[in-house]
Amino acid sequence: MRVPLSWLREYVDLPATETGRDVQTRLIAAGLEVETVERLGAGLTGPLVVGQVLTIEELTEFKKPIRFCTVDVGRANGTGEPQEIICGARNFAEGDKVVVALPGAVLPGNFAIAERKTYGRVSRGMICSGDELGMGDDGSHGIIVLPPEVEIGSDAAALLELYDEVLDIAVTPDRGYCLSLRGVARETATAYGLPLRDPALLDVPAPNAYGYPVKVADPIGCDRFTARTVVGLDPEARSPIWLRRRLQKAGMRPISLAVDITNYVMLELGQPLHAYDRTRVQGAIGVRRAEAGEKLTTLDGVTRVLDAEDLVITDDRGPIGLAGVMGGANTEIADSVTDPETGEVRGTTEVVIEAAHFDPVAVARTARRHKLSSEASRRFERGVDPQAAAAAAQRTVDLLVLLAGGTAEAGVTEVIAPSAPRTVRLRADHPDRVAGVVYGRETVVRRLQEVGCDVYGQDELTVTVPSWRPDLAHPNDLAEEVIRLEGYENLPSTLPKPPAGRGLTARQRLHRRVGRALAGAGYVEALNYPFVAEQVFDQLGLAADDPNREVVTLVNPLSDEEPAMRTTLLPGLLGALRRNDGRGSHDLALFETGLVFHPGDRAGAAVVLPVDRRPTDEEIAALNAPLPEQPRHAAVVLAGAREQAGWWGKGRPSDWADAVEAARTVAREAGAELIVRQGQYGPWHPGRCAELAVALDGEQRTVGYAGELHPRVVKALGLPARTCAMELNLDAVERASAGALRAPRISAFPVATQDVALVVERDVPHAEVERALREGAGELLESIRLFDVFVGSQIGEGKKSLAYALRFRAADRTLTVEEASAARDAAVALAAERTGAVLRGA
Amino acid sequence: MSAPNKSYDPVEVEALKPEEIERMRDEALAAFAAAGDLDALHEAKVAHTGPASPLALANREIGALPPHAKAEAGKRVGQARGAVNKALAARQAELEAERDARVLVEEAVDVTLPYDRVPAGARHPLTTLMERIEDVFVGMGYEVAEGPEVESEWLNFDALNIAVDHPARGEQDTFFVADAEGRSGSGVVLRTHTSPVQVRSMLDREPPLYVICPGRVYRTDELDATHTPVFHQVELLAVDEGLTMADLKGTLDHMVQALFGGEGMKTRLRPNFFPFTEPSAEMDMVCYVCRGESVGNPERPCRTCSSEGWIELGGCGMVNPKVLTACGVDPEKYSGFAFGFGIERMLMFRHNVEDMRDMVEGDVRFTRPFGMEI
Repeated sequence: MRVPLSWLREYVDLPATETGRDVQTRLIAAGLEVETVERLGAGLTGPLVVGQVLTIEELTEFKKPIRFCTVDVGRANGTGEPQEIICGARNFAEGDKVVVALPGAVLPGNFAIAERKTYGRVSRGMICSGDELGMGDDGSHGIIVLPPEVEIGSDAAALLELYDEVLDIAVTPDRGYCLSLRGVARETATAYGLPLRDPALLDVPAPNAYGYPVKVADPIGCDRFTARTVVGLDPEARSPIWLRRRLQKAGMRPISLAVDITNYVMLELGQPLHAYDRTRVQGAIGVRRAEAGEKLTTLDGVTRVLDAEDLVITDDRGPIGLAGVMGGANTEIADSVTDPETGEVRGTTEVVIEAAHFDPVAVARTARRHKLSSEASRRFERGVDPQAAAAAAQRTVDLLVLLAGGTAEAGVTEVIAPSAPRTVRLRADHPDRVAGVVYGRETVVRRLQEVGCDVYGQDELTVTVPSWRPDLAHPNDLAEEVIRLEGYENLPSTLPKPPAGRGLTARQRLHRRVGRALAGAGYVEALNYPFVAEQVFDQLGLAADDPNREVVTLVNPLSDEEPAMRTTLLPGLLGALRRNDGRGSHDLALFETGLVFHPGDRAGAAVVLPVDRRPTDEEIAALNAPLPEQPRHAAVVLAGAREQAGWWGKGRPSDWADAVEAARTVAREAGAELIVRQGQYGPWHPGRCAELAVALDGEQRTVGYAGELHPRVVKALGLPARTCAMELNLDAVERASAGALRAPRISAFPVATQDVALVVERDVPHAEVERALREGAGELLESIRLFDVFVGSQIGEGKKSLAYALRFRAADRTLTVEEASAARDAAVALAAERTGAVLRGA
Repeated sequence: MSAPNKSYDPVEVEALKPEEIERMRDEALAAFAAAGDLDALHEAKVAHTGPASPLALANREIGALPPHAKAEAGKRVGQARGAVNKALAARQAELEAERDARVLVEEAVDVTLPYDRVPAGARHPLTTLMERIEDVFVGMGYEVAEGPEVESEWLNFDALNIAVDHPARGEQDTFFVADAEGRSGSGVVLRTHTSPVQVRSMLDREPPLYVICPGRVYRTDELDATHTPVFHQVELLAVDEGLTMADLKGTLDHMVQALFGGEGMKTRLRPNFFPFTEPSAEMDMVCYVCRGESVGNPERPCRTCSSEGWIELGGCGMVNPKVLTACGVDPEKYSGFAFGFGIERMLMFRHNVEDMRDMVEGDVRFTRPFGMEI
């Protein structure tokens, strides 16, 4: 809502020194979002005067036609002699009154006017267009031609009200009444403690039976319809300067007198109005719901197929308007047209004025359905004062009579669905309790009265809310009015005392630890969008029946290419890897933790629950039933060097083992034992894929995979060669946590070290050999570590040698060599039995 | 070698003559002083203190002296040997120190060499900023609540007093989730704010309730320099007996003091409208850079707040009693306050991030400098 300060002053006697910025500050404090204050006429200085064109001499020797004019500016130029001015525009004639910028004037854009030689003559000033004066678009782009009655030599800046300030207010949905000068003036008056001249306080004739016939078939959709008729309008009448200027400043384009007047009254009172050409309406005006499939061509020229829920205005032929949204083309007020032969001006001479009140929900739905947001629909959606309809109709009639020479017919139609004033009960100290401030009853009552309420009662108040505030329905609504008018800035600052908290949950702490551990290991976190294309599952090599292909999809995705929600973190993370690689960072280690989405069986459909009570536990379960499973995953991707080359020696490329180690890092933070075994799964290299599992409820559950990506996947996704990745279900790993650690017992007796090298078949995993050694060695074994893997002809085709360091120690004595050797032999024996291991060199 | 029982006058034994012993001592001292390195000193040591050295041999002669002469000769030789050993130790220490100094010089390295063998990793600044905010409130006794990102429409809208036809429901550009057949009307959305977590907290627990709800939220905005369809929020909810707007204000003031530190950090409330709070307010914080001193002061313009003195933070208010009712909390007994703001925005003004895309694209050059904490 754009509010010219000069217009606002018509209703509130603001001190003359008060600037737009001052008013802005006051209104912001009162809760109006005044976004900007535009200073009109900034950069414009006179002399700017009214002149009358005396002579026009056409100069034809130039590339474009040029006019050399003499203009009578009265005594404004000091001499009274005609002012000689060169002008390139052509939309004016001898005798026209125009705006003249005399030498010394400066126009917006720092355009200084001076006497100068041009086109072989001396030009002493400029004849101005609206654009040149910063007045905004009036659609003509030409010279302003003033009405003949303006006085020659008078100040044109004052005449055109060029100096002003305009407040631009973003009106929140609860403040529909502030989509009018009347509403903003009310807030301004309250903010300054000044009286308001309410423009809706007009004498309105009582309704009678002679008005234009109106039949409201849907009193829910339309609870008020006022119709007035004005006849004898002069088609030649134009909107006066003041009216045009106010519309322009408020951001609307002047169109024709009747339309300008309805727009003006809407801006003033907030009541959308519609003017029908009476000669084009057939029979009674009606209000009803549309029949599905009915058609209406609206004023914007679009033919619309109506929905059975649309509220329409009708005459005998059918719909003539979308109620509260936009009128129809078939009853539109005609533009005044001059007959070229007779010079007669024809146009609308009789109008029916509609000032109605429509259901906000019906208007909102229709506007949304037809993607047609208008000045009227914006107001109805947010709430229009139903009591202002009659006054708005009267104001429109008055202006048509005054400015267009019309005559108001005596008939006054008013169709009103009965309603009682709305009341709210609240305790007088309720605002105090909401704010944490003692305002006292007197202040509360006074502030509510300023808002427009009638207040009765002592400790328990009964408040009748004003008709323009449909948003005031509950005690807290009224508390807000009191608190904002007393000033949010005056609220004290106190701290509540929450009960002692329990800190972060185990899941939250693990989430943080995993992030820190991976970052500590050199990984950089990336937070990727969860939107994926379903083709990515082909690129990742997932089997046709892979459960990760079951996706949650969006009805309105941002991109039709990516309609699905991720079931794995890899697409996003690999995308980030590729992006970094493309930008010249080639040695990469990235991680992400985040939710993935599995639709599950999606039991249940949408449930519609009331909001006037807590839903039952069954209802909450029904709300949750259609939601997908949303576990938190952790993933890493790697490419390029894991260790850089440098003065210390060679670097090391990242490989499958880094990916598996990342999984171990995560599991370690969770305190869960990670079972790593040889695996095969879609995106990974079939020989370099570790299946990751944890023990849950006595069973091993696969929680993810790690290793080098399949060369096909690397190619399909355009990744660097040998890109590696790990992904696991962090929630499942957390559940496998061993719980609180039992502290180890530390023996101070000496350690006995024994190394063994075992030869096994190439496909025997180290993990199995180690497990057998561990078990066979018994309780004297303190630790075991694989320190070498060797493959070579010395140990035979298809075999490998695994070298382990075993450390033995007893809690209560120094071990003898014999004891340590016996334990080692037992370990080797079990490994031999389980895995076919042979002691190397034996 | 003299026979033990034969009586000699000390002066008659050549080697035990005082001048002879002095000579031996002086030769030894000279030899030590002349030794240029530890090897030479070792040779001198063997020559002058070893079993075959003149002083050792002289010492052996003492036994052959008559008793009355033994004491004097012993004393003389002992003093000489003492002086020699002392000189030897001193020279030994001197030469060792010289050697050590030389070796340490030889072992010197260029300590300015880099060691970026495994480049450092980093956590995303949005993550660490959210944790930082969580910690402020956890320290006050709040708990961190989490919830699903794919959420029921009832929890995302209806329970928060955003009815189907409420203008605010249309304003929040919502991603709708398709049902199993790919159609609309599933009643499931990508949450547009973390407020449904507040609702779940109220449904799950009895007041008093003090929770903070950080998380990812979704709106159908195209990615550009100032918008992203996926972003992060922190919301707070307090429900207890007797909570007031003054408590809300104090909590906000405390937060900006904890996050931005120093003198004069405070917040400002401006009336606004949100369906889920009543009264509602927009909250601003004092610009943490200029602390408001750039206002009306063209000498000292502030880029962070465009010399406005305040930075817009987010929305807040007293929980609408209708919301409490829908969540099973008795509005006659309890009141609550809530606020919420975007983490991307805060990161932008707190760390001069100029383009939203930098936070989205996962470029390691952006994230790495933020390290582990923020």
